[in-house]
Amino acid sequence: MSTPIQTDVAIVGAGPIGLFAVFELGLLDLKTHLVDILDRPGGQCTELYPEKPIYDIPGLPIVTGQELTNKLLDQIKPFGAQYHFNEMAAGLERLSDGKWKLTTDAGSEIIAPVVVIAAGGGSFVPKRPPVPNIEAYENKGDGVGVHYAVRKMEAFRGKNILIAGGGDSALDWTINLAPLAKSLTLVHHRDGFRAALHSVNQMRELEREGKVKFHVASVKQLHGDNGKLTGATLAGADQKAWLHETDAFLPFFGLTIKLGPIAEFGLNLHENLIPVDTAKFESQTPGIFAIGDINSYPGKLKLILSGFHEAALMAQAAFHICKPNEKLRFQYTTSSSSLQKKLGVA
Amino acid sequence: MKIVATDRKGAEQVVEGRNGWSVMEILRDAGLPVAAECGGACACATCHVYVNDGWYEKLPPPSDAEVDMLDMALAVEPNSRLSCQLVCSDELDGIKVTIAPE
Repeated sequence: MSTPIQTDVAIVGAGPIGLFAVFELGLLDLKTHLVDILDRPGGQCTELYPEKPIYDIPGLPIVTGQELTNKLLDQIKPFGAQYHFNEMAAGLERLSDGKWKLTTDAGSEIIAPVVVIAAGGGSFVPKRPPVPNIEAYENKGDGVGVHYAVRKMEAFRGKNILIAGGGDSALDWTINLAPLAKSLTLVHHRDGFRAALHSVNQMRELEREGKVKFHVASVKQLHGDNGKLTGATLAGADQKAWLHETDAFLPFFGLTIKLGPIAEFGLNLHENLIPVDTAKFESQTPGIFAIGDINSYPGKLKLILSGFHEAALMAQAAFHICKPNEKLRFQYTTSSSSLQKKLGVA
Repeated sequence: MKIVATDRKGAEQVVEGRNGWSVMEILRDAGLPVAAECGGACACATCHVYVNDGWYEKLPPPSDAEVDMLDMALAVEPNSRLSCQLVCSDELDGIKVTIAPE
């Protein structure tokens, strides 16, 4: 465990709203740390629709999810926010001095007087196929059982591996693991793939060489006692089923959004949303704010532009908590030389 | 037009559709458990439904984008569709759909 980090504001979620919160807080000299379970900023914008155009951002008639994220990163660059990617906000605890300690599943501890939840719908986690009892075969060690990601390739050496899916991850891991596996079988519901063409060609080549077996089929059941995976029942489009021996099963169907540990933060959730007031966007727990898709209030619209507004008002309230003895000077970036200095343009 | 929707527990209900709206919007607004995480952009596969009783064949075929996106859906069957890509119309009055497992 590392030394706890001290900052002004800990932000959960590095999507567009979490990123813009850095800007609004930065103008008020508040330092920020952001935690996100994904490996890069942008949240849904970059995970779900990086290439899709968004038409309702004021002043940007057309912008893709990735472009909007890039522009926000440019805009907040002067404020030096610290990012904790690949980390899930796992716990929130009030300390005796009134500050909050946010802990992540990677062991980071961030201590701040203000925590802002900008987590959208929650955490992006791998989709788990609806195979009965699949959980029993998860977390059974490297190279065996069910895995939704490959961390140590070497652990799969000499193993019988079953991969399911038709996207880039399924194909990439088929290509990467085939040379070291004892056997590698890929199953997908159709004889066609969403993955990049060159990956599909590589997979087909491995299939011709006999290094990969491909079936149009899906996994119906898993077998093995006490969580030790030994095989799977596969079934083709004609519903004919057969038993396939395997040590490991790697389903790759992308990510889905689950609320996750935020549900345990004690924030009086209503239908998986955090109720807030509309003056400060503070939750019913003082010092904990919620902005963007994760909050709820009368008239709420799940729009990026609403989240930007919420971030601005949140920042004003956060200032008074972080700097109780200072007077907030409301200024415009157009006219204030001190704000322009912070932005690095004066 | 009406949509006959079956939820994940097997309970059937009839919901009133609106011409021009997507089937996903109708199911979601009726409180059925359709996540539709991307909001209808054919970008997440969490509005996956099975189209039953001969209705699949009556639908306009899926676009390449929908076929590709179905690769990220779970438990895909020959009658799988993404409900955000199905547009309500009088021709679809009585369409039967079952919400796919999550």
